[in-house]
Amino acid sequence: MMNLALKLVGWIDQRFPLVSTVKAHVTEYYAPKNFNFWYFFGSLALMVLVIQIVSGIFLTMNYKPDALSAFASVEYIMRDVQWGWLLRYIHSTGASMFFVVIYLHMFRGLMYGSYRNPRELLWIIGMILYLALMAEAFMGYLLPWGQMSFWGAQVIINLFSSVPIIGPDLAILIRGDYVVSDITLNRFFALHVIAIPLVLVLIVVAHLVALHHVGSNNPDGIDIKKHKDASGNPLDGIPFHPYYTIKDSLGAAGFLIVFCSILFFAPDMGGYFLEYNNFVPANSMKTPEHIAPVWYFTPYYAILRAVPPMFGSQFPGVVAMGVATVIFFFLPWLDRGNVRSIRYRGPIYKTFLALFVISFIGLGWLGLMPATPTYTAISRVLAVIYFAFFLLMPWYTRIDKCKPEPDRVTFK
Amino acid sequence: MTDKVDHSKRRWLLAATTAAGGVAAAGAGAPFVLSLMPSERAKAAGAPVEVDIGAIAPGTMISVEWQGKPVWIVRRTKQMLDLLPKHDAALADPASSVPQQPEYCHNPTRSIKPEILVVLGICTHLGCSPTFRPEVAPPDLGENWSGGWFCPCHGSRFDLAARVFRGVPAPTNLIIPPHKYLGDTKLLIGDDDTGGAA
Repeated sequence: MMNLALKLVGWIDQRFPLVSTVKAHVTEYYAPKNFNFWYFFGSLALMVLVIQIVSGIFLTMNYKPDALSAFASVEYIMRDVQWGWLLRYIHSTGASMFFVVIYLHMFRGLMYGSYRNPRELLWIIGMILYLALMAEAFMGYLLPWGQMSFWGAQVIINLFSSVPIIGPDLAILIRGDYVVSDITLNRFFALHVIAIPLVLVLIVVAHLVALHHVGSNNPDGIDIKKHKDASGNPLDGIPFHPYYTIKDSLGAAGFLIVFCSILFFAPDMGGYFLEYNNFVPANSMKTPEHIAPVWYFTPYYAILRAVPPMFGSQFPGVVAMGVATVIFFFLPWLDRGNVRSIRYRGPIYKTFLALFVISFIGLGWLGLMPATPTYTAISRVLAVIYFAFFLLMPWYTRIDKCKPEPDRVTFK
Repeated sequence: MTDKVDHSKRRWLLAATTAAGGVAAAGAGAPFVLSLMPSERAKAAGAPVEVDIGAIAPGTMISVEWQGKPVWIVRRTKQMLDLLPKHDAALADPASSVPQQPEYCHNPTRSIKPEILVVLGICTHLGCSPTFRPEVAPPDLGENWSGGWFCPCHGSRFDLAARVFRGVPAPTNLIIPPHKYLGDTKLLIGDDDTGGAA
């Protein structure tokens, strides 16, 4: 029996690099041994992606991308399809949890300088993933065809119409109509279930290939490849399998406990994961009294609203919002510090990072609130801090007093 | 540090983890598979149907939809009923011993009232819906034909009790769905009080 299995593997291996691929990426991929809590979120993101794809496939079996029947088909899934409510809530909870995991994953990168040489491209690929995920989430949110689906899409697409000269035509091109309509719904469905997921999966593969090529960073931010044993493996590295597969299983278990608690006890998360107005069918004649994007977009939405119209155009706000997302791409070149990890950074970087976290969370909260004058003033202050974190980085990282990095990773 | 490995404990832990993980995976997978089964709406569409059979002329058939499938109701004439036992020898299952009908229709006419036949119009071969050919000995079906159904797909033949002839692709008689009389001319298809809706 064992012999037969070995023979089969041998047969495959002569025709496909099975053993060497598994070795390179799993059993002999040496990851630093000092990974901590923050290193759960990469594998968790992969797990959520799988959850979203599987639950999404099952939802499309009953969903109808048609303005006349979309809302009813979602209700049909919730009420009539066996376990349909569970599939739908898995997918909607998964969308929000995807962003929770990705934001923590990105924050890990900020803390430990994971974007720095030689991992610039790995970071950029990750940022493309983040943008693709935002597009995926935005288009998916239109599909239930509720009031927030409709008016959210209406507002976001109208952002494009503020682009000088080509704006209005661009918005029409995106909608395929003069208003958000059945045509828009149909094409967003195509993009949400085929185009972007395909791109996501391919870029995830690229992200992993790039990671395994340059090697994982670690909480100390130092290169483990400087010290190798006789067989050429890093002294401070351990094979991904079994060590990190076991560790990540624990992370997955913990994550699933949180995930299922939300799924079964608060699937709409008090209106933050599924907004109440979205349980009302889309009505192009009546805007809800208060509309806000889903929580994971609100930091950018707050920046958009914080920028006042200039030269009679809303465009500067749109640009600020766009820059706020795209600026992450430049992080590897903005950071001029001598060390990677926050453990050996000086007080200035730590202060800036703390302020950045406060501004991001603060903007996220303000983006959910109505735009009162006080809130707008606070948004402006936080938006300035947000951009200062990036734009002043070349200076403050250079003058910051870094501590000496250890030669080997710290491991208790 | 010693390199003494307790292999039996390790094996036990591995087996226990695999078993627990397997149960969890099966539990998580079940809702996905079950969601593929008929929804409440589909089940409602499969509810029993009430039919008024008062207007069916002798020797003719009406077709009603039940669970999305055709159900035929034929009012057989006395002549048709008299011809039924004549060709028993040519049938695959003249006594209807294969349970293709409820017990109360397990009789020579395969019906509750002899003249009224209620039958599911789906060929037991590959699911086509056969054609009603009540005439006797038409040129295309031969002189032995005493009325019944002819399946256009693969040529299966059934008599006017929906019993299959020998030597055709269909293996069994057509199915008699559960049904009952609500009145003299009122028929309920899909429910017969014996086990709820079929």
